[in-house]
Amino acid sequence: MIYRETGQFKSSYQADQALFPIKQDRYVILGILIVTFAIVPMLLNQYWLNAIMLPFLIYSLAALGLNILTGYCGQVSLGTGGFMAVGAFSVYKLMIAFPELGFIPLVLISGFITAAVGTLFGLPSLRIKGFYLAVATLAAQFFLVWLFNKVGWFYNYNASGMINSPPMTVFGVIITGPEGDMHGKYYLVAAFVAVFALAAKNIARGRIGRNWMAIRDMDIAAELIGVRPLIAKLSAFAVSSFYIGMAGALYFAVWLGSAEPTEAFDINQSFLVLFMIIIGGLGSVLGSFLGAGFLVLMPILLKNIMVDGLGTDAALAAHIEIITVGVLIIGFLIVEPHGLARLWRIAKEKMRLWPFPH
Amino acid sequence: MSTRNIGDVILKVDNIDLSFGVMKVLDNISFDVRQGEIRSIIGPNGAGKSSLLNVINGFYHPQQGTITFKGDTRKQMAPHVAASHGIARTFQNIALFKGMSTLDNIMTGRNLKMKTNLFWQALHIGPARAEELENREAAERIIDFLDIQAIRKKPVGKLPYGLQKRVELGRALAAEPELLLLDEPMAGMNSEEKEDMCRFIIDVNDEFGTTITLIEHDMGVVMDLSDRVLVLDYGKQLADGIPDEVRNNQSVIDAYLGVPHE
Repeated sequence: MIYRETGQFKSSYQADQALFPIKQDRYVILGILIVTFAIVPMLLNQYWLNAIMLPFLIYSLAALGLNILTGYCGQVSLGTGGFMAVGAFSVYKLMIAFPELGFIPLVLISGFITAAVGTLFGLPSLRIKGFYLAVATLAAQFFLVWLFNKVGWFYNYNASGMINSPPMTVFGVIITGPEGDMHGKYYLVAAFVAVFALAAKNIARGRIGRNWMAIRDMDIAAELIGVRPLIAKLSAFAVSSFYIGMAGALYFAVWLGSAEPTEAFDINQSFLVLFMIIIGGLGSVLGSFLGAGFLVLMPILLKNIMVDGLGTDAALAAHIEIITVGVLIIGFLIVEPHGLARLWRIAKEKMRLWPFPH
Repeated sequence: MSTRNIGDVILKVDNIDLSFGVMKVLDNISFDVRQGEIRSIIGPNGAGKSSLLNVINGFYHPQQGTITFKGDTRKQMAPHVAASHGIARTFQNIALFKGMSTLDNIMTGRNLKMKTNLFWQALHIGPARAEELENREAAERIIDFLDIQAIRKKPVGKLPYGLQKRVELGRALAAEPELLLLDEPMAGMNSEEKEDMCRFIIDVNDEFGTTITLIEHDMGVVMDLSDRVLVLDYGKQLADGIPDEVRNNQSVIDAYLGVPHE
């Protein structure tokens, strides 16, 4: 088989600790980057970029954020929709108030604002765990959406209660709102996702990531070897919310162009992102992408097959789609409860040893 | 044992009382541990041995009494403070980070030696990378010492019991502790694994000069390894002294060792 590490010897710890220590993995990653930045924008038309690639990438970013909190640090959160709303409304207010700062810095600032809010709502995690914490974060979800509906200042007293993204440019290309250039939008979002996926991978393999996992796996032992639960848990909430806030900002400003809090950021968003990381794989950067891909692409694929291919009635197709996605989720979780990322890892292990598994 | 030098008192526990509700777990316990010695705590199940270790590293807060570590007297401290002062421990029921590899477990043991902030870690360049490599080398020395090179990349949850115990010792050693608390390091092992573990404990004490306090039920091991033995029964202190004294102490024989049948 082609995927094998025979003959690749490492003579330094630095080489052994590289992000992708196996040569073939490096080629794969390089290939993915080339496809993402060169081939996809060339091949896909506006519809595909807008209907598939943008939501896939933006949800991947949100899933990465939740995976940091839930997958790496073991703190369950159902507040993702609310935190995405914080990011969206922050970037909206900032775009109106400080357009001169430029769009990219504003997205980052929105991330920091969300990080602060997330840390605040993470405080209960110091006392409660598991399902009880999930319920506490549910409070964040409902409170934040209620707040953005109730307080007019957040949506600039717009009569409809909606927020609309004003056009802003990055390197001279309009990125935000309905007039934005689709390829520009795609490049920007893809760049954000690539940079922050790398950062997530780096954090996860360093001291801070190990401390998070230690808290997840055995919090008492972690504390006794010097990991401070307060700092580990709150930093996980902060970093996670930073990612989710940026995802919310891009979701609103770049993809939707306009949003209304009750619909765009409701509890279903929280569940959707949670399902993504469960199906994709908890505690895995790759899993965040696989889960987001699965839950964004599968419904579209099913719809296309049924409505365009088989000529099914659209309403019926919508129902079958929900049933099929549900069945697939259950099926995957029975086959591999640790998610798609684990399946991939097992396949890689098998390939490395093929054809002599013993 | 002639070359070992036992120094001054490093840990002193005075008049510790610990109770959970109406149950008195530790009743007026006082003992000390000298620099460089191997100190054992024995006693029947439920005697309060593990609770005493939990008091020493700050996980339980006693109602009465003080703990003096390296001249610093306090009534209680947070576990991470104890860790930063140089107290490490292993657990009776293995408490490894099961989702992580052996290497990551040992590296986590060194978390207090690492300082770079989130920003550098996210970039993984400059100081973050240098720090990671430096600590990797230290972790590898422990992996060599414990002879677990072959499993360094394996997730610890899947390792056999004896190896998990060894990895847990490695994680505690990684912190370069001055005082190492071992809670039944040989429980559930076969005689070969026990021999290995004994050798590691003696080597740790010998090579690194680490002071060791251990709880163990295997009397042969305890009497061979220990410099001094503390005996507890129902939270009370039964005896304290060198192995020979303890072995011949009548109340210890009655409570714990048992009377030989004639």
